[in-house]
Amino acid sequence: MRKTVLFTVFWLTVAAIIYSCQDASEIEKAKYMSNGKDLYKTYCQNCHGENGEGLGELAPPLTDTVFLKDNKAKLACIIKNGTSEPITINGKAYQGKMPDFPNLHDIDVAQVMVYITNSFGNNQGMYDYQKVTADLQNCK
Amino acid sequence: MIKFKNIAIAGFSVVFALGLVACNNNKKLPFYGQREAKIVKDAAGVEKVDTVYQTIPDFKLLNQDSVMITQDQFKNKVYVADFFFTSCTTICPTMHRNLKTVYEAYKDNPEVAFLSHTIDFKYDKPSVLKKYAEKLGVDTQKWTFVYGSKDEIYHLAEHNYLVAVQEDSTAKDGYIHQGWLVLVDKHKRMRGAYDGTKTEEVEKLKKDIATLLAEKE
Repeated sequence: MRKTVLFTVFWLTVAAIIYSCQDASEIEKAKYMSNGKDLYKTYCQNCHGENGEGLGELAPPLTDTVFLKDNKAKLACIIKNGTSEPITINGKAYQGKMPDFPNLHDIDVAQVMVYITNSFGNNQGMYDYQKVTADLQNCK
Repeated sequence: MIKFKNIAIAGFSVVFALGLVACNNNKKLPFYGQREAKIVKDAAGVEKVDTVYQTIPDFKLLNQDSVMITQDQFKNKVYVADFFFTSCTTICPTMHRNLKTVYEAYKDNPEVAFLSHTIDFKYDKPSVLKKYAEKLGVDTQKWTFVYGSKDEIYHLAEHNYLVAVQEDSTAKDGYIHQGWLVLVDKHKRMRGAYDGTKTEEVEKLKKDIATLLAEKE
């Protein structure tokens, strides 16, 4: 009897630990999402739109999950340094220039990235700011 | 008994107010800018006071096809004018995203037109404007983009359309300007100005265009 009780308490504790850990990472992601949304409104929404719909052929949409997934390691560089490379999304070519945002910190870039890659039909989960720091070192 | 009387009065007032609202279908938009009084003589030779409103003066500007256009293009049309530049990354994309919804709403109405002036006299040559229009996805017969010298455009903006524009080397894109969408009637008079970055004001513009088109001369 005593054994069973101890056993139950032990496993309950383990479960609680795991559960609280998940909770913490969920909270972290929620933090990224809400800050990311504010940053998106300030820096991105003018061109890419409230729902990531883009603007004609002037600004590409952010609703194409394939491009965002395939180029995930490049996203930080594009957000921070802008780009004038032509890109093709959903079979449509975009040749406009995207401006740079040099005043964004790595954490800002990570937050806005998490917001974009988990909104507008995207669902790619968390992206840590340390990964952004590493990505930014490999910018062309 | 008193209660009943009150209710009757209240009910009557509501019906009366509704009646007034219903009658008021010849709504008019306000007039913007300076105005002056002019004494005119009518056919019988009686002197009368007439109001002269500020109008947009004649202009000659190059459109996106490098063709000189004048106000003849807007004869018998109401039009929406604004000031922007193609490399602007701040308010212009939002302004044009919103204005495009107005364009879509009045696309098939030949009495409505759109006129965007670039304030970037260095870079936004007609060919650049043409490319911009194509990318925005609008018909330039309906929504015209014009290029002019700094003096012409800035004078038009500040003195005629009453929109502040300025070169500013400290601004991110090199220029600062206001995002007004100015509504001009068939007699070149300004009848409204709407903040192009705010969707609710742009919705009002849509309604006001309809009101303006329905106005009796």
